Amino acid sequence: MLEIDAISKTFTVDRKAVPVLDRVSLSVAENEFLSIVGTSGCGKSTLLNILAGLEDASDGTVRIDGRPIRGPGRDRGVVFQGYSLFEWMTVEGNIRFALEKSDLPAAEKSERVAHFIAAVGLRGFERAYPAQLSGGMRQRVAIARALVYRPRILLMDEPFGALDAQTRGMMQELLLQVWEDHKVTVIFITHDVDEALFLSDRVVVLAARPGRIRREIDVPLPRPRAFDIVTEAPFMALKREILTEIRAETLRAMGQEAGA
Amino acid sequence: MSRRRLLSLRRDIPAPIFAAAGVLVPLVLLGLWWGVTALGLVRPLFLPGPGDVLAEGLRQAREGILWADASVSIYRITVGWLAATVLALPIGILMGNFRLIEGALEPLISTVRYMPVVALIPLSILWAGIGDGQKILILFLGTFFQQVLMVMDNVKTIDMNLIRAGQTLGFSNREILTRIILPAAGPGIWDTLRITIGWTWTYLVVAELVAANTGLGRRIMDAQRYLATDTILFGTLFIGFLGLLTDAAFKRTGRLLFRWTRR
Repeated sequence: MLEIDAISKTFTVDRKAVPVLDRVSLSVAENEFLSIVGTSGCGKSTLLNILAGLEDASDGTVRIDGRPIRGPGRDRGVVFQGYSLFEWMTVEGNIRFALEKSDLPAAEKSERVAHFIAAVGLRGFERAYPAQLSGGMRQRVAIARALVYRPRILLMDEPFGALDAQTRGMMQELLLQVWEDHKVTVIFITHDVDEALFLSDRVVVLAARPGRIRREIDVPLPRPRAFDIVTEAPFMALKREILTEIRAETLRAMGQEAGA
Repeated sequence: MSRRRLLSLRRDIPAPIFAAAGVLVPLVLLGLWWGVTALGLVRPLFLPGPGDVLAEGLRQAREGILWADASVSIYRITVGWLAATVLALPIGILMGNFRLIEGALEPLISTVRYMPVVALIPLSILWAGIGDGQKILILFLGTFFQQVLMVMDNVKTIDMNLIRAGQTLGFSNREILTRIILPAAGPGIWDTLRITIGWTWTYLVVAELVAANTGLGRRIMDAQRYLATDTILFGTLFIGFLGLLTDAAFKRTGRLLFRWTRR
């Protein structure tokens, strides 16, 4: 139901056209969990911003249910790389702010806010300010804020990149839980292959400079998934496959750089 | 607490030691000042003792001069700084948000910023006369051009993703400006206001250089004529003291206004 149709993006740097994305096409199914992995500079954040409607593509269209998107919309929620919380609002205030533009009656808004605070495990922290929270807790607020208005698509740009390994693992499990409970399509940007495999139904490997799709790999691992899946043979085999792709891509990009 | 612990790079030290160090250094300087003058190592014309300076302050307070001077100067500073702030806030915010306005105003403001305010005194008299307006104009000129660029910077440096989050949540540009950009830039802007009122204080003597009868700055310039070094020293220290009070008031108000920045 989300169709990315031949998206290209070119930036102008010092009057030179630098292609960032080159005819990226993808179809994402309803409720699918899709990860996009790639080396730095492969344009994955740019792709996400285009899907969010925050940047225009130079060419191509993004369609949701056949309708091209025009700018940002409340059918999509975004979790950014930093924490991007409104520091002057409490945890509850941040999440409630996202509901301000919806027509729900006030009572239902409060109920929703409370529900999502519980869903991300922040009960008891409603009145805390972001500055008082740890990194993992801050990112939970961001997830609740992006989900509380029930967008159909959740776009996540390396959301756990700044967290330590333990917190990151906990957040991945929490995200899967929330995703299974609330049925939403997720597009998840990361450079961590383990993370992509653990979470996703499908992993897309982007090639760099310009970013284009190098490989799509289905992840037929059973759900619900527990953390120890990452040490099992099927997981390892998929991981090897993806790492090989990324390695080849990195070598190619380095060769290109050396040649330039 | 060993000496090595106290002098580690960036390491926190106990609050009482931190505070004591801040009191100790001025006390040592005061002691040196007192010692040098009490022993007669310098002539009072060049450096009167702390007792003389204090006595001069008490005399001014007793005769009502101090209060008259201070109230006039505080009035000029408040009006000059407020006028600058009232203009710098909207202009700086617009410059920080719209590249076109930044492009239109930044070169001009950056140029004026380098012009010495003292050199503008003749023009200020020509245009604003010799009343309070001229003093306020000088204080305004010394403050505004720095302030507006700092406010622009406060606005520009907020996290772009906050604005993007507002866009994805369906807020209009105006709502994003008032409900996201301004509160996000708030603590930075408050700090700019605190720093720039300090600069307004430093321009006080310049502002009261010409055609003034009262004012803390005027008192200092008058004392020069009679070589009243104690008056000069007292006036200078007193301006510093009032500046310190202003700074503390701003810091305290800022902590109340922006409770959410506290960890």
